[in-house]
Amino acid sequence: MLKLTGKNLSFYLLLMPLLLTLGLLIVLPQLDMLGVSLRERISYGEYKFSFLHYTEFFTEPLYWNTFLRTAVMSIMATLLTLLIAFPIAWYIAKVAQGKNKKLLFLACLIPFWVSELVRTYGWMILLRESGIISGFLQWSGLSSGPVELLYNDITVMTGLIYASMLFMVVPLVSTLEGMDDSLVEAAYDLGASTFTVIRSIILPYAMPGVISGCIVVFMLTLGNYLTPTLLGGKHSLWFTEQIFTQFITRFNWEQGAAFGVLLLTLSSLLVWTGLKLSGQSFKQAVAS
Amino acid sequence: MSVTPDLECRGINKSFGQFQAVNDVSFSIPAGSFFSILGPSGCGKTSLLRMLAGFSEPDSGEILIKGKSVKGIPPNKRPVNMVFQHLALFPMMNVGDNIAYGLKRRKVSAQEQQRRVADVLERIGLPGIEKKSIDQLSGGQKQRVAIARCLILEPALLLLDEPLGALDLKLREQMKIELKTLQQTFGTTFVYITHDQSEAMVMSDQVAVMNHGRFEQVGSPQTLYYQPETPFVAGFVGNNNRLSGQVIKTAKDFIQVSTESGHIFHTSSSSILETNTAVEMFLRPEAIHIDRDSDKSWQNTMKGRIDNILFDGGNSQLLVRDTASPTQMTVALPQTGKYQKLRQGEIIKLGWNAEQSIAFKAG
Ligand SMILES: Nc1ncnc2c1ncn2[C@@H]1O[C@H](COP(=O)(O)OP(=O)(O)O)[C@@H](O)[C@H]1O
Ligand SMILES: [Mg+2]
Repeated sequence: MLKLTGKNLSFYLLLMPLLLTLGLLIVLPQLDMLGVSLRERISYGEYKFSFLHYTEFFTEPLYWNTFLRTAVMSIMATLLTLLIAFPIAWYIAKVAQGKNKKLLFLACLIPFWVSELVRTYGWMILLRESGIISGFLQWSGLSSGPVELLYNDITVMTGLIYASMLFMVVPLVSTLEGMDDSLVEAAYDLGASTFTVIRSIILPYAMPGVISGCIVVFMLTLGNYLTPTLLGGKHSLWFTEQIFTQFITRFNWEQGAAFGVLLLTLSSLLVWTGLKLSGQSFKQAVAS
Repeated sequence: MSVTPDLECRGINKSFGQFQAVNDVSFSIPAGSFFSILGPSGCGKTSLLRMLAGFSEPDSGEILIKGKSVKGIPPNKRPVNMVFQHLALFPMMNVGDNIAYGLKRRKVSAQEQQRRVADVLERIGLPGIEKKSIDQLSGGQKQRVAIARCLILEPALLLLDEPLGALDLKLREQMKIELKTLQQTFGTTFVYITHDQSEAMVMSDQVAVMNHGRFEQVGSPQTLYYQPETPFVAGFVGNNNRLSGQVIKTAKDFIQVSTESGHIFHTSSSSILETNTAVEMFLRPEAIHIDRDSDKSWQNTMKGRIDNILFDGGNSQLLVRDTASPTQMTVALPQTGKYQKLRQGEIIKLGWNAEQSIAFKAG
């Protein structure tokens, strides 16, 4: 039995605002979303229970192709971000000293000064056919005609990685900073090569940071809308775009809701698989 | 033919920018001995040890391990292992994996690894703890595991960087004896650095006293204690009363010093000193005799009032203030029961002979 007395009571009272926010802003709308996704409109204002919008997803190849593509691209973006962020985090945590350290950290933060929309338009100014890079290539004679750098997967990937960098660097820096340098020296002293030191000491030590960084980046990428749409154009085929189309363009809330639920399920499933594969618990990852 | 020493250093220098951390250090360590480098914090001990381990290269000079120069050989290829100041046990591995880490790098078979880990744990007196995690161990156990992790590789040299620094006093006393025993059972050459003179004295066969990047003196603990060659060694190794004065007379075996406190003492000296040289005289608290009534004659005597009795069992001391000057002397108080009745404020006679003190030219 839960007894609400003294200390116990005040703990729950203090927890109340958090529980209310979570409940009202996250759980409740999601449950409603699930409800909406499971009904079929018969006529105006009349609905019946149905799995139609889920079967629609599995029978229309465009939908699940987009879905798979989004998942694969997000996983790739996460891994690439990790690959790039790790040396940067190592440098910030272990090599840079004092003022340089703060400057480097700030450099990771500065892109967020500008709103994502404006930042992405900035990229477009650089990359479009009549943009700065294309102009430079023509001016320098490296290219004879205008070059279109927008609307391809590489550009989308670059944009996604760029937008995610900070969320990978921060948890990595904080775990790596906690590592005693002499662990690396001790491993080296006991006969390990540089590669073995990274594999057997640094990575296992940084694992909680790697996992929490990957979870955040993966979630953000999967749910990103602006970057893939603007940099990838019409053919970016990002799943959030499908959701947007259903809700706004087609005004098909039931289908949009079904997609929303599927996206949530997918991301939960992938995060769970990732945790299982790396042998970490969610608790450990959150604690770092 | 003489046996090649396990370690030989010739003229090692190391600077960080303008600052010379290690200054022309040369020494050699015979196989199987316990060698300590003793010096105050910041004198360059760690810098020297890191060059032996291969984490940095000397600016000049040569390091030979078992007769072979190790110039340019990285730490993972040197036949030396190091026990770090904070031990650096790998927190994400259990005890067994920590100890087997080096064997794994040498591609020793899993079965052989297991056998040797069990064997080394037996030898350090912690059998069967392979599966424990590092944070389940006590301070002393961690210490022994860190040493076992190195000794299992049978290195030519084991380097230890103040490994007892983090332990509490009681455990430190116990580990001193254990380390010495471990060294003897394994027969590995230990190079041990510390700023604690008692650690160095208790465990070592040879001690090098280091100051400002230089070796002041290398010798057995007894030599350093009884025949210090420099004022620094006299002041750093063991306790000493320090008296300043001037040489007024020289004789064959001893000199006479007139101290600033107005006494004239007979003392031995480290080198031949001329009259009128300013000197510093060192006298150990345990070399001073307390004379209450006997009229035994000493070459040097001093009358003083007991300022304080610092009772600490076998290490008890008296603080005695000279009756004729503000000089205060520390005197060891033997716990034979004979001096139990001494009281604060009592006037006593102190006596010692010339060969029990040593004078150095004042620097
Ligand atoms: N990597 C380094 N860069 C600059 N100065 C250093 C470096 N390592 C040590 N020192 C300096 O060298 C001196 C000796 O240091 P160290 O060998 O660690 O002394 P100890 O171990 O005897 O306390 C210290 O004054 C320290 O500041
Ligand atoms: Mg040191």
